[in-house]
Amino acid sequence: MSSAPPANAFDTIAEIIAETANVDRAKITPEAHVINDLGIDSLDFLDIVFEIDKRFGVKVPVEAWTEQVNSGKAPAEQFFVMGSLAKRIEELVAAKQG
Amino acid sequence: MRLEYFEMVDRVLEREADRLVALARVPEESPVFEGHFPGFPLLPGVLMVEAMAQTAGWLVVARHGFTRMAVLAKVGEAKLRGMVRPGAELRVTAELIHDGSGYAVLRGTVNEGTARAAEAELTLKTLAFPAPGLEPALRARATAIGLLP
Repeated sequence: MSSAPPANAFDTIAEIIAETANVDRAKITPEAHVINDLGIDSLDFLDIVFEIDKRFGVKVPVEAWTEQVNSGKAPAEQFFVMGSLAKRIEELVAAKQG
Repeated sequence: MRLEYFEMVDRVLEREADRLVALARVPEESPVFEGHFPGFPLLPGVLMVEAMAQTAGWLVVARHGFTRMAVLAKVGEAKLRGMVRPGAELRVTAELIHDGSGYAVLRGTVNEGTARAAEAELTLKTLAFPAPGLEPALRARATAIGLLP
């Protein structure tokens, strides 16, 4: 389904967001909150996750993340701020590669 | 098909892990045809999209063991290639492209005989049943169309 994982997860995710949700690439910084700062709505986020799943060959556990945030077990920033999101994706890729 | 009740699938013909094929017979008569179109009844293209979405939905719901429901979130690259008249027998196919967390992406097609009538890429969200009566209603309908025994 996907080519080899890119070297830089942040840049790849930023490109995906810029293309998928028509967001100015310059606004996509490591500190940017995907929803609050970049204005990504739930449907665009779904498209973005689909593209991340394909490009990195992973299954981003959005439901588990959302549940953790909603139950207060984790802050939203742990998953939905760009720098953290890129780290989570890198962790998923590393876990998959074993 | 019972168009007025949004029941687009009559019978499940084939079921695999990542693929479901359904039969959809276009009724000879329906109030829908009174407006679409007077003197020249045609199955509306949006209802072909709905038929693909429902077939995709049944596949996703079955894959989740009827523990979740699926709702249409996005229709991409839809092409309505043929005019479908009353009485047509349609073969509607849904194939899983990607099974994500809380969503699934599928390819839908509608064929009348060997002719492709419609196709689209469908994104469905999956969620817990939002109302208590929904699961038994879906199971009853699934039994009626042969998806459940």
